Amino acid sequence: MLRFLQMHHALRGVIDSTLTELTHRFTSRRLTRVAVALVMGLHAALCLAAESFDATSPARVRLISQQQYVNTIAYVFGPTVTVSAHFAPFRRIDGLLANGASVAGVTSGQIQEFQRTAESLANQVVSAEYRNFLLPCKPAREDAADKACAAQFVGSVGRLLHRRPLDPAVQARFVREAGEAATELQDFYKGLAVALEGMLVSPDMLFIVDRTEPDPERPGQRRLDAWSLASRLSFFLWNSAPDDELLKAAELGELQTAEGRSRAVERMLASTRLETGVRAFFDDMLAFEELAILAKDPGIYPAFTGVTIADSREQTLRTIVDHLVARDRDYRDLFTSRETFISPALGILDGVVAPPGWTRYEMPADGPRAGLLTQVSFLAGHSHPGRSSPTLRGKALRELLLCQVVPRPPPDVDFSLFEDPASSLPTARERLNAHQANPICAGCHKVTDPIGLALETFDGAGQHRDNERGAPIDTGGSLDGKTFTDAAELGAVLRDNPALSACLVKRLYSYGIGGSPGKAGEKVMLPHLRERFAANGYRVPDLMRTVALSTAFSAIDEPAVVQTASAGGDR
Amino acid sequence: MTKGSRKLEHWSRRRVLRGMLNGGAVTLGLPLLNCFLNQSGTAFASGNDLPLRFGTWFWGLGMASQVFVPKRIGAGFDLPEEIAALDSVRDDINVFTNFNAFRDSSPNLCHYSGWIIMRTGQAPANGDDRPGETIDVTIARALSRTSRFKALTATATGDVRTSYSYENANSPNVAEPSPLNFYQRVFGPDYQDPNAPTFTPNPSIMVRKSVLSGVLDQTRELMNTVGSEDRARLDQYFTGLRDLERQFEMQLTKPEPIAACHPVTPPTEDPRSGIDSDTVAERHRMLTDLMVMALACDQTRVFNMAYSAAFASTIKAGYEKPHHTTTHEEAVDQGLGYQPTASWFTRQAMEGWAYFVDAFRKVKEGDGTLLDNTLILATTDCSWARVHSLDGVPFFTAGRAGGRVKTGLHVDGNASTAARAGYTALKVCGVDVAAWGTKSNGTSREIGEMLA
Repeated sequence: MLRFLQMHHALRGVIDSTLTELTHRFTSRRLTRVAVALVMGLHAALCLAAESFDATSPARVRLISQQQYVNTIAYVFGPTVTVSAHFAPFRRIDGLLANGASVAGVTSGQIQEFQRTAESLANQVVSAEYRNFLLPCKPAREDAADKACAAQFVGSVGRLLHRRPLDPAVQARFVREAGEAATELQDFYKGLAVALEGMLVSPDMLFIVDRTEPDPERPGQRRLDAWSLASRLSFFLWNSAPDDELLKAAELGELQTAEGRSRAVERMLASTRLETGVRAFFDDMLAFEELAILAKDPGIYPAFTGVTIADSREQTLRTIVDHLVARDRDYRDLFTSRETFISPALGILDGVVAPPGWTRYEMPADGPRAGLLTQVSFLAGHSHPGRSSPTLRGKALRELLLCQVVPRPPPDVDFSLFEDPASSLPTARERLNAHQANPICAGCHKVTDPIGLALETFDGAGQHRDNERGAPIDTGGSLDGKTFTDAAELGAVLRDNPALSACLVKRLYSYGIGGSPGKAGEKVMLPHLRERFAANGYRVPDLMRTVALSTAFSAIDEPAVVQTASAGGDR
Repeated sequence: MTKGSRKLEHWSRRRVLRGMLNGGAVTLGLPLLNCFLNQSGTAFASGNDLPLRFGTWFWGLGMASQVFVPKRIGAGFDLPEEIAALDSVRDDINVFTNFNAFRDSSPNLCHYSGWIIMRTGQAPANGDDRPGETIDVTIARALSRTSRFKALTATATGDVRTSYSYENANSPNVAEPSPLNFYQRVFGPDYQDPNAPTFTPNPSIMVRKSVLSGVLDQTRELMNTVGSEDRARLDQYFTGLRDLERQFEMQLTKPEPIAACHPVTPPTEDPRSGIDSDTVAERHRMLTDLMVMALACDQTRVFNMAYSAAFASTIKAGYEKPHHTTTHEEAVDQGLGYQPTASWFTRQAMEGWAYFVDAFRKVKEGDGTLLDNTLILATTDCSWARVHSLDGVPFFTAGRAGGRVKTGLHVDGNASTAARAGYTALKVCGVDVAAWGTKSNGTSREIGEMLA
């Protein structure tokens, strides 16, 4: 065994260096992927072999998110079908909204919303405008039932919407209902719409259920069945339901082999849909849903509009996707890089005239902006409507990027003594220093304020400023013992903080398995993933691959409560 | 009685309704008929009483007691400057002060414990804890059995998450922030105008209902394969599907004409995004106008409206801090004795509360108004927001609940639990419970002063 491990480590080292070399030799990320696919397959097999430790994750029942629903509909029916959905947002648990999906309930009001959305979609799909493109067949007569055509539609669309072949009895029922409705309404298409509406409000559409089956590799234990594995992979990497090819791999049993699963994951990582998945993950991790309701006082920040807010979100997501996916760069460099994109609304804040749309842009080397911390989404998103907030910014950095928890303020503290803007103290640093003198406040503020103060050269709208009320701004400080003098240096210090990459690993793994890692995950999986992430040069797609191919991604904890009804045998 | 209305009486109720219900469409070329009510104007022609409605209204961040709490107890109470905006509705509301939200051994969770206690009678143990269900959910089960929506929930903040209603810890009743969406949801294509001259049952409803029964079967099967917590979630989903099934059934039946129900002018656009006080007020007015007509047209009998959030981030133009931050960081004006800008925000909310009550009063229903058949409970999250005080939390009621409640009173709670408000509301709405709330908030003592 020891000899095997030694050989494994040696071989993995060779493969890692080969991958790194190949990656750096090619400028195009996708070309690289194609070139190294075979090597990756071997690599994946070795990774799986190396994870002989008992890593598992729970079987969950997740409610589909609004964006996952929209993405799924766009894949099945195309992007021109309008989805007017207003689903309830999930509760943020352990840093992610995605974790809330596995505890979210469905109220009667929410079901009405699901039904309204389903009715609208169904009517669009069968409308004269779309039916010729979206239906796989034409009925013999439009004013009567056509069982064969209905069965073709229900079978093919149902498989994609429910993410597995429909149970024959369920399919027969939908076909029968479509026929009866067509007869009743004297309209084949209206009958089909009724069946489609039913499929869209079905629990198999709205709940992502982890179904399990006996695991032949671990006698007595269970694993996700192939379709649930396909769903877990797809929602993780694409934030959408599995496509036809992935379902085929599940149907053929390929997904349950190391080679087949690796092949499927490589295809998904090479797909343009990976960008959608990466966007969704970072949108969640960075709590960007808050930007949807962000407001600034137009009297104080006249250049900051609703367009600015939307563009700030897009700027950060574009920067992330470009850096991590298109260029396959080190995650940590996002916090020092000056490469980004700019729009006219964002250009106004910096006095830069930008052409319409989005333009690749490099922040001036001698300018104040470097890295995500100095982007408007972070600066304005964690400020008050009329002023900046070192405390909110520091808290966001700690909680969102380092996975640390900043305690709530005590309920009975009078802040007005040191926060009153009418105070003669001109800068936030001087005002916040009062916190340090108060032992009740100091405990928390010493972990937030010093890092937030580094960003004080940006006002509450994220615009650069040299002074506050005429007084110079001191941006020096330290983060976990590492000193910095300004915002750019804070980014550099953050980049090298081990908690930064460890936090990403934790969030990404939770996102992949649909919930917190749990004690076993913390103890076993996270150290392993951190080690792999570092060994792969902090490349996020590589980390996604490692998670997707890990044993824990598919091996299921006891109790195995969600079982495949049609698995037969050992249930 | 005018000559015209006398003429209308010659149309018997039976004659009109028989025509409507006789299968197929019937055209009524007449204005709304008073004969849809009984002779005393207190019930529908069918003999059913005019429905009782219950709802909640929420404003964030409490009050400044010095300028909020009336000096006079009982009828004819004074209106200190922070609630001066309530002058026009004083006789239709009750003001309650000096009630406490007891947290017992639980922590004081800033801007959270207070509203949870007011709406559930239970103190949350931590920031993720949402004990029980909110009172509107309990009452909806009693009042909204036959209405299209169990409840309607809206918010003037622009944020769907500003809701103080939930079925359980993981099932908030999300608030509708958009007047356009609210209109579409209530008065859109699925709306059946009870006073429409024609009624043609939608033939697709029956077949859609049939498909739904198949989905119910699928859900039942799935429930057998999952663990207990997920089974409870699916059971909730199953119950929701049954509600949907019931709504389909209702759409097959001609709704009873309702004189108080009038056509609603669709909003042409939503207020601009943002949370400045003017926009919040405009959004609140638009949503209020839609809400009262949804109630008048019996689309629901239970409702929730939030004017501002417990952590209200409402902006006052030109002032650099939002409402919540202001309550903590603004100094008390030594001359005034309170925080002037924080109080300004509360006054804005009170103007909104006055508008809300008045909107119910403007809708004529029977011999009175919609407000006469409604009980509204208006709560907040604390008393003095600056220190998150849960002692002396204020709240209001509005409306006479079909004659069950008196109005125009200022009631002193003598430091008793604020959960008495919820217990009283349950009793008024016919929910028979021996007690409500837990620990120090547990009560079986109504607020007797307000009961008729």
